[in-house]
Amino acid sequence: MKVVLQNLTKKFPSRDKKDRRDVVAVSDFTFEIPDGKLIGLLGPSGCGKSTTLNLLSGLQTPTSGKIFFGDDDVTNLPAENRGVGLVFQNYALYPHLTVQQNIMFPLQNLKGEAKLTKAQMEEKALEAAKLVQIDGLMSRKPSELSGGQQQRVAIARALVKMPRVLLLDEPLSNLDARLRLQTREEIRRIQRETQITTIFVTHDQEEAMSISDLIVVMKEGVIHQIGKPQDVYDSPVNLFVATFLGTPPINVFHGKVEGGKVYIGSEAIGSVSGVEDQPVHVAIRPEGFVLDEKGPLTCDLDEVEVMGRDITVVSKHPDSQNVEIRSIISADNKVDLSTGKVHFSVKNHKVFLFRKDTEERIYTDLV
Amino acid sequence: MAKQVDYERIERSAKTRNTVRNTIVYILLTFWAVMVLFPFYWMVLTSVKDYGSYNAERIPALFTLHPTFENYAEAFTAVPLAQYFGNTVIFTLVTTAVMLIVTILAAFAFSRLNFKGKDLVFTLFLALMMIPNELVIITNFVTITDLDLRNTFTGLILPSVTSVFYIYLLKENFAQIPDELYYAAKVDGCSDLKYLLKVMVPICKPTIVTVTILKVIECWNSYVWPRLITDDQAYFLVSNGIQEIRENGFGRENIPAMMAAVVVISVPLIILFLIFHKKIMEGVSRGGTKG
Amino acid sequence: MEKNNWKAWLYLLPAILFLGAFMVYPLIDVFIYSFEEAYNSASQTFTGVGLYNYQYVLRDPYFLQAVKNTFILVVITVPLSTGLALLISVGLNSIKKLKELFQTVYFLPYVTNTLAVGLVFMILFKTTPYTDGLVNLMLSWFGAGPVDFIDGPYWAKMFVLCFYTVWVVLPFKILILTSALASVKQDYYNAAKVDGASRWTIFTKITLPMISPTLFYLIITGFIGAFKAYNDAVALFGTNLNTAEMNTIVGYVYDMLYGNSGGYPSYASAAAIILFAIVLTITCINLLISKKHVHY
Repeated sequence: MKVVLQNLTKKFPSRDKKDRRDVVAVSDFTFEIPDGKLIGLLGPSGCGKSTTLNLLSGLQTPTSGKIFFGDDDVTNLPAENRGVGLVFQNYALYPHLTVQQNIMFPLQNLKGEAKLTKAQMEEKALEAAKLVQIDGLMSRKPSELSGGQQQRVAIARALVKMPRVLLLDEPLSNLDARLRLQTREEIRRIQRETQITTIFVTHDQEEAMSISDLIVVMKEGVIHQIGKPQDVYDSPVNLFVATFLGTPPINVFHGKVEGGKVYIGSEAIGSVSGVEDQPVHVAIRPEGFVLDEKGPLTCDLDEVEVMGRDITVVSKHPDSQNVEIRSIISADNKVDLSTGKVHFSVKNHKVFLFRKDTEERIYTDLV
Repeated sequence: MAKQVDYERIERSAKTRNTVRNTIVYILLTFWAVMVLFPFYWMVLTSVKDYGSYNAERIPALFTLHPTFENYAEAFTAVPLAQYFGNTVIFTLVTTAVMLIVTILAAFAFSRLNFKGKDLVFTLFLALMMIPNELVIITNFVTITDLDLRNTFTGLILPSVTSVFYIYLLKENFAQIPDELYYAAKVDGCSDLKYLLKVMVPICKPTIVTVTILKVIECWNSYVWPRLITDDQAYFLVSNGIQEIRENGFGRENIPAMMAAVVVISVPLIILFLIFHKKIMEGVSRGGTKG
Repeated sequence: MEKNNWKAWLYLLPAILFLGAFMVYPLIDVFIYSFEEAYNSASQTFTGVGLYNYQYVLRDPYFLQAVKNTFILVVITVPLSTGLALLISVGLNSIKKLKELFQTVYFLPYVTNTLAVGLVFMILFKTTPYTDGLVNLMLSWFGAGPVDFIDGPYWAKMFVLCFYTVWVVLPFKILILTSALASVKQDYYNAAKVDGASRWTIFTKITLPMISPTLFYLIITGFIGAFKAYNDAVALFGTNLNTAEMNTIVGYVYDMLYGNSGGYPSYASAAAIILFAIVLTITCINLLISKKHVHY
C-alpha cells in the first residue's frame, strides 16, 4: 500500500499563557512512501514524528492537508476504521487478557463480511504469533512476559488483521542494548516477509539507518531530508542533517572560503571552484581523516582509543565546534603520541561545506 | 563478669515486661472481641430457645441444651418475613445494577472522553458529595408522593441509585489506565463502548467489585427512605419489617421468634462478609463512611 | 485526543438525570419549602414567605429535646469512640498472632443491619415483668439495682443509646486507624528506639503526629455522622421517639415529614437546614483546629 502525505499540517493551540500562537507540530508535509517499504521517521524529541504517526493512525486529525492510503483518501477516517496496525512505545498490551486474547482483540472488532469465526481467529492469531516466534506463550498474561516478548506480542497484535500500513512508535527504546540489535533485525525480517508498508518513529539515528529503506529526517515540525539512509549520510542537505546522522558525530569547524580555497583557521584543506568568499561551516566525517605527517590540519592529540579493527584518535583544534575531534582511522596506522600533535589530511568526499547564515549545504566538490 | 550479669538481668526484665504487656494487650483485645461477638451469640441463642422456656427464665440462661427451630418457622409464617426478604433482594439487586451502569458510564465520560465543560461538571459532581441525604430526602419524598410512586419499587429505587462518591472512586481508577491502551484499542477498531466494556471494566474489576459490595451493604441496611416511602407491608424491606415486627410483632411479645427474624436478615450480609472480608475491608478503608 | 462532545454527554446523561432530579432539584427546593409558610402538601399552597417555619421549629419542645439529645450523643460518643478505636488499633498493631482474626471480628458490626442488631441490644438491656435482662443480672453481681434501660430513666436510655452508637461506629474507625498505623514507616520507630525513646514518647512524639491527619478525618466524619444519628435510636426505642424522649434532629425531620405528626415538609425543611447549618459550623471549626494541629 502506497502512502501519500499532501501538505499535511497539524497545529495545537498554545498552552503558553503569554504566547498565544499555535504550536505547529507538523508543518506542510508532502511526501510519498512507496508500497512495501520500511520507512524511518527520524528526529530529536519534539520534532513532530510522533504527531505524524498519530495522524497516519487516525488518532489525531490534521489541521489541513490530506493522507492517502493507495488511492483512498483516509484523512478524516477515524482510527477504528482506518485499518492500520500500531505498535506503541510501551506496547500497550491489555493486562487482563492473555497473549492469545491480546492478539485476537483486533479481529474481534471486525464487522460485517470481515467477521471471523472463533476458529478462524485462533488460526490467524497463531499465524501472527508464529511470525514473531511467540507461539509458545499464548496462554500467558503480559505481566508474565519479558520486555522483548511483550514487544513481539504487540507486533503480532498489530499484524494479525493484515493492516494496510504498520506503524511503530519508538519500537526499540524500551529494550536493552543486546535485545535492541536483535529486535531490529527481527522487524526488518517481518517487514520483508509480510511486505506491509511500515513506518516507524525513532530518535536513534543508528536504528533508523540500519533497517530503513528510506529515512525522513525531521526537526521542529519540518522535514529536512528524505532519502535512502546511505544517500542522506553521504550527502546531507544542511548542517542539522549532517550532525544528526552518524556516530561518532560529524566534526564541525569554523572555516572560510577565500580565493577558491577552504580554510580551517589558517590551514587550507582543499580547493573549491565557483564558491564566493564567505565564512562557512566545514564538516568532516570521522572517517574522513587521514593520518598524514604533511597534512594541512594540525590538532592537539589527546588520546588514542584502540577498538580492534580501527582506532579512534581524539584530539582538539581551536576552530572545532565540537569539544573534541574524533577521527576513525585504520588500525594499521601507528600514531606517535610523543609529540602531542597529530597531522591530518582529509578525504574530499567526506567533507561538507555549509553556509554560516542558513546552514544550507554549499554543493561543490573539494579537490 | 559483673557486667555480664547486669546485661542478663536487663534482658530478663525486658522480656518479662514484654510478656506482661502482651498479655494485657491480648486480654483487652479479647474483651472487645467478646463485646462485639456477644450480641450475635445472644441473637442466635435466643432464636433457638423455646418460647415457653425463654419466658420462664427469670435469670437469662447463657446456653440452651434443647435448641429448637420452631421460632424460625414462626418467623416465616406469623409475619411476612419471606416477603420482606424477597423485597430487599429485588431492591438491592436492581438498585445496585442501575447504580453500576450509571456510575460506570459517568466515570468513563469523566476519565476517558474530552468535552467542553468537563472540569466544571466534575467539580459540580464533587460538590454534590457534600450534600447530606437529610436535606434532599424531604423533596424526594414529596416528589415520589406526587408521582404516585409510594409503595412501588420504582419509588424505592430511583432516589437510591445516585452515588457521586462511587463515580469519583471509579473515575480515579479508570484514569490510571494508560492512554496508550485506549489508542491501541482505537487502532484495533474498537468503539468507545466496547473499549469500556472489554478493557476498562475488566481491568478495574477490583474497584467495581468493591463498589458493588458497598452498595449492597448500603441497600440491605437502608431504613429511612423505605420507611418514608412505604406503608404497605407488601413493599417493606427487612429493616422496616424488623421494626414492624418489633412494634406489632407476633401478636404477643415473642422475643425468640423476633430473634429468629433478626438472624435471618443478618445472615446474608454476614456470609457475604465472611467470603469477601478482605475486599470489603479494603474497600471501606478506601472510601466507605458510616457513623 | 479529539473532542467528542455529544457522545460524552450521552454517557453522562443518566448520572445527570438522576443527580438533577434527586439531588440538585431537592437541594434548591428544600430551601424554598423552608421559607413557605403554612404550606399544605395536599393542595400545594402556602400563605406567605418568611421565617415562620424556623421560629416554629425552634420553639417546638420536641425539637429542643431532639437537639439536646443529639448534642449529648455527639459530645459523648465522638471522643469516646475515637479514643477507644485508637486504643484498640494500637493494641492490634502491636501484636502479630491473631491480628487478622481480631480485625475481622471487630469489623463485623459494620456489615450488620443496625435495626436488627439494635433489637438484640434492646433485649439485653430491657427489663420485663418476667426478667430483668442479662445486663441487669450482671449489674446485680455488683450489687447495683435493676434499671430499665429502655423504658426507664433518661440517663439510662441515653447510656444505652451512646453504648450502641459506639458499638456501631467503632468498626469503621478501627479499620481506618489500623491501616493508618500500619502505614507509619518502621524506620521512624527504629530510629526512635535507637535514640532510646520510651514507648510513651514514641507514641506521642511519632505515632500520633504521623496519624494525625487520619485522626482528624475520623473526628470530622465522626461529628457529621453523630449529628445525623437516627437509626440507632429507632432500633432501641422504636419509631415513637418523641414519647421516649429519645428523638434526634434527623428523627424530628422525618417525624415532621411523615408519621404520626407528619405532613409538614416546611417544618421538616427548616429543621433539616438548621441541622445542616450546625453540622457545617462544627465541621468548619474542626477544619480550622485541624489546620493548626496537623502538620502535614
